[in-house]
Amino acid sequence: MTLLSRVVIGSALILAWPIAHAADGQKIFTQGGSNPAAMACLGCHGPDGKGIAAAGFPRLAGLPAGYLSKQLHDWRTGSRKQPVMEPLAKALTDDEIMAVSSYLASLPGDPAPNLRRQQIANDPTTRLALYGDWSRQIPGCVQCHGPGGSGVGEQFPPLAGQPASYLVAQLNGWRDGSRSNDPNQLMVGVAKAMTDDEVVAIAEFFANPASPEVKP
Amino acid sequence: MKAWMPTLLLLAVGSALAAPITMEDQSQLTVPPAQAAQFAPPAEGELPDNAFGKLVREGHALFVDTRRLMPDAVGNGMNCSNCHLDQGRLAHSAPMWGAYPMYPAYRKKNDKVNTYAERIQGCFQFSMNGKPPAADSLQMSALSAYAYWLSTKAPTGVELAGRGYPDVPQPQGGYDFKRGQQVYREQCAICHGDKGEGQKVAGEYVMPPLWGKDSYNWGAGMHRINTAASFIKYNMPLGKPGSLSDQQAWDVAAWINRHERPQDPRLVEGSVEKTRLKFHANDGVNLYGQKVEGVLIGQGTGG
Repeated sequence: MTLLSRVVIGSALILAWPIAHAADGQKIFTQGGSNPAAMACLGCHGPDGKGIAAAGFPRLAGLPAGYLSKQLHDWRTGSRKQPVMEPLAKALTDDEIMAVSSYLASLPGDPAPNLRRQQIANDPTTRLALYGDWSRQIPGCVQCHGPGGSGVGEQFPPLAGQPASYLVAQLNGWRDGSRSNDPNQLMVGVAKAMTDDEVVAIAEFFANPASPEVKP
Repeated sequence: MKAWMPTLLLLAVGSALAAPITMEDQSQLTVPPAQAAQFAPPAEGELPDNAFGKLVREGHALFVDTRRLMPDAVGNGMNCSNCHLDQGRLAHSAPMWGAYPMYPAYRKKNDKVNTYAERIQGCFQFSMNGKPPAADSLQMSALSAYAYWLSTKAPTGVELAGRGYPDVPQPQGGYDFKRGQQVYREQCAICHGDKGEGQKVAGEYVMPPLWGKDSYNWGAGMHRINTAASFIKYNMPLGKPGSLSDQQAWDVAAWINRHERPQDPRLVEGSVEKTRLKFHANDGVNLYGQKVEGVLIGQGTGG
């Protein structure tokens, strides 16, 4: 064997190593994890990972991998509660969580609407979404979740493209304590300061970006 | 240990304990103690639908989306609304309604009576590290009109409760970089990044950079540790004002303001030391031109 072929074969082995041993994110998404209780994601989250709005199943496609894996770990520890996702998250291995999160992050999501913080907002929902209500210490949603609710970095997930009923359920989760996994408790105070009507209106605002200017 | 060592140690401690704060510029800005602000700027719906209303709307857009709309004037990643929260409306966040009715006013910073437009030009030169638009430009008129409108029914020449950032007295033990770094990691990095770099979406900053080439320069008021501590205590983390202790606010302000940022545009003969003596020696508590852990602060980011 020549030195060169040794190097080539050696490199090929090294390169193949992680692939052979890493969990396959796409397979987990389409077929489920190694434990049968870890069901395939696409059954509820749709074949494109964009969620099923009518059922309130959220979009996963294009969400940050760090955010997704944190949620799965948080269902295991109970800082986020949801009856379907809890056993599912517990049935995934750490490697599988990492793999499926990376895969989902790589799927294309719909771009967030190009809503800028420029216009003076006359209706209360747009005002709350863009600028917040500082008399109640509520920042504008887009100040952390990005223009149009695009999401920012690994910690602030997109609101754009999420079903309204999912967003309502999350805001209510922070209000009733069934969701308490927000870093630095950044969401819990905001959610508790919002009224029931505002929760619904804000969810609609980001779920239906085509008509963000609709007056209540 | 040699005899001069204690002296050196004392000097090192001295810089952290700092002499009584001499406020070159802020001394003129008498800020009433923090209290419930009485003044309320007009609601959005009160803006008339005419030529004046249109100019105010333009000014508002520039105020909240400054970097994108004024690329020639803004040389970093900042918007007006980064330091003046809630679109310049929020009490204890240097609201426009607390500033506009106080001009013209003498400022030691440039040793003359400044009009309101000249005051905003200062923001562009230092906080935005850019090139100020002309005082008679449309952009300046729009920004002034927006501030004027926010000040509707505010008395002229009266120091309103809620103006500026309320003073946060320097803690008796001074400040500490290590503790500040800890506060930064726990409370600030989630938005502003581990290295103060801020966060972008599609190439535009959503969360502003706190140091480095895209942040405020060494001539900006925010480079003073006392000013940054005041801003932080009353405005940060976003949505949780007042959650940090005075000590934490000073510690983290010192940590942020020990990092390099664009050079002071008033740099005297290329010398940090000359610039320190002329502009920084009596400007509150700041680190410009001092050595921290053997490194000269204030060399600029070169950008």
